Amino acid sequence: MAISREEVLHVAKLAQLALTEDEIAQLTDELGKILDAVSVVSELDLADVPPTLHPLDLMNGWEDDVPRDSLPLEDVLANAPQAENGLFRVPAWRQ
Amino acid sequence: MAPVVDTLRLTAEDAGDLLRRGELTAAELRSAYLDAIAERDGELHCFLRTVESDDDGVPIALKDVISTKGVETTAGSRILEGYVPVFDATVAARVKTAGLGLLGKTNTDEFAMGSSTENSAYGPTRNPWDPLRVPGGSGGGSAAAVTAGLAPWALGSDTGGSIKQPSALCGNVGLRPTYGSISRYGVVAFASSLDQVGPVAKTVRDVALLYSIIAGRDPLDSTTAELPEAVRLPESESLAGIRIGVPTELNEAEGIELGVTDAVERAIGLAEELGAEVGECSLPRSVRYGMPCYYLIAPAEASSNLARYDGVRYGQRADGASYQEMVDRTRDAGFGPEPKRRIMLGTYALSSGYYDAYYGQAQKVRALIIEEHREALARFDVLVSPTSPTVAFKVGERAADPLAMYASDLLTIPSCLAGLPGISIPCGLSEGLPVGLQLIGPQFGENLLFRVGHALEQALEFDTVPERWRAGSDPTGQTPTRSA
Repeated sequence: MAISREEVLHVAKLAQLALTEDEIAQLTDELGKILDAVSVVSELDLADVPPTLHPLDLMNGWEDDVPRDSLPLEDVLANAPQAENGLFRVPAWRQ
Repeated sequence: MAPVVDTLRLTAEDAGDLLRRGELTAAELRSAYLDAIAERDGELHCFLRTVESDDDGVPIALKDVISTKGVETTAGSRILEGYVPVFDATVAARVKTAGLGLLGKTNTDEFAMGSSTENSAYGPTRNPWDPLRVPGGSGGGSAAAVTAGLAPWALGSDTGGSIKQPSALCGNVGLRPTYGSISRYGVVAFASSLDQVGPVAKTVRDVALLYSIIAGRDPLDSTTAELPEAVRLPESESLAGIRIGVPTELNEAEGIELGVTDAVERAIGLAEELGAEVGECSLPRSVRYGMPCYYLIAPAEASSNLARYDGVRYGQRADGASYQEMVDRTRDAGFGPEPKRRIMLGTYALSSGYYDAYYGQAQKVRALIIEEHREALARFDVLVSPTSPTVAFKVGERAADPLAMYASDLLTIPSCLAGLPGISIPCGLSEGLPVGLQLIGPQFGENLLFRVGHALEQALEFDTVPERWRAGSDPTGQTPTRSA
């Protein structure tokens, strides 16, 4: 099953990746091969099988709603590439 | 005079005894490991960084996907270069509370995606048995460090084989615990329905001891459960009353090397001599559909988990004229080829029009795989197979072919998808390289795995010290000697 260059570009946009031309070419080839390999799951008729979200038979691990201290603001911002006035700083949404 | 500690042979349990009896101080023990790191890690590159600590217990190494407060944590990725967590992962906090001082952070495939540790942005780790070969992955740093005597024990993380497979290739013991038995709070997320933290050590008893320190419910991770029974350190050398199932598909899969089969069959024969009842069973669809199922579920969840690396709150940032350009360039510059491949694959599998055919279908295949394992484990206490189809392969051999690399986890993936615990113990050599035996148990059946693993380990008498280092190491001496 081949995946087209257009599909790769569409997926890259969804995945927020600014791929280079070389990466686009390589991923078009590799993803096609990997999709071929994983597509065998479609051989199985599983219409009546319920999907599994995870393998443990465990639902809703509730905790008591007790207020706790949050991280101090300076810790929250400690790893930010840019911070200012207690906020994360990012480039303008539109240039 | 400073005591001489043979870190190649000292178990964590014996190290703890020496500390308790006052025959060794924690500082002396730590410096023995730091000396070993200085001597051997230049060649192996197990550690991304070592740290100072004044804890008074047996020290430990942690895979670099585990957040450590104040200590850089990169997950083997450039995008997290310089990231210093402001909190400890629950497992890091638990080992610290138990007095296990941090030795350092170990190398990993980027975001734990890989089977050779070659995908680390900081360079590959080498196999202690043969530095031209890979240590397995993604937890190659932790596994190689334990075998090379650079750490008495370590923690890894396992999504589809990242603890068991490196332990097999490095000749030590690695446990992937039951899904839900160990907190993932503060562990860099890869595929949340599969990720588990687990111990790596030289012996089954060490692995059981470390498991007892980190396991159990954590209020900070709602997918954790209380263990139904306390951890028991294994003692029995008998396997009387144990029923061992040999799943045909896991033992006769295409690509299993002859030498691997020989070593595993010998171990199964020993199990019978120890009193176990051995019989064949079948997992008809788990192997054929396990890998395809895994390579849909894991990348899909990874694409979602890795969306958080956007250059805003932490990690590296690339320049961009607009917000979106900054994010897109940050991610292209920060992620290596394997995370990009998986993000793309997963985004595709989750995208409109493909979700049902790929991710949805894979979630249903997992239900079949769970059911097949349930049926096999109704007849048998544990299932057995090789951990890896091959012994350690050469650095570079599979790096250019993603599908060849993915096949490394063919035999570990099915039980991971089923959420079951599995342990790898070394069971012999093939071509001078270790072969791992995989034991799979029922949910929360870790005690059973420890019991069977320990009895087999005693009977197999595998020497965990790589042959090239045996000359300088006393095979009988587990206690340190004071130099005159």
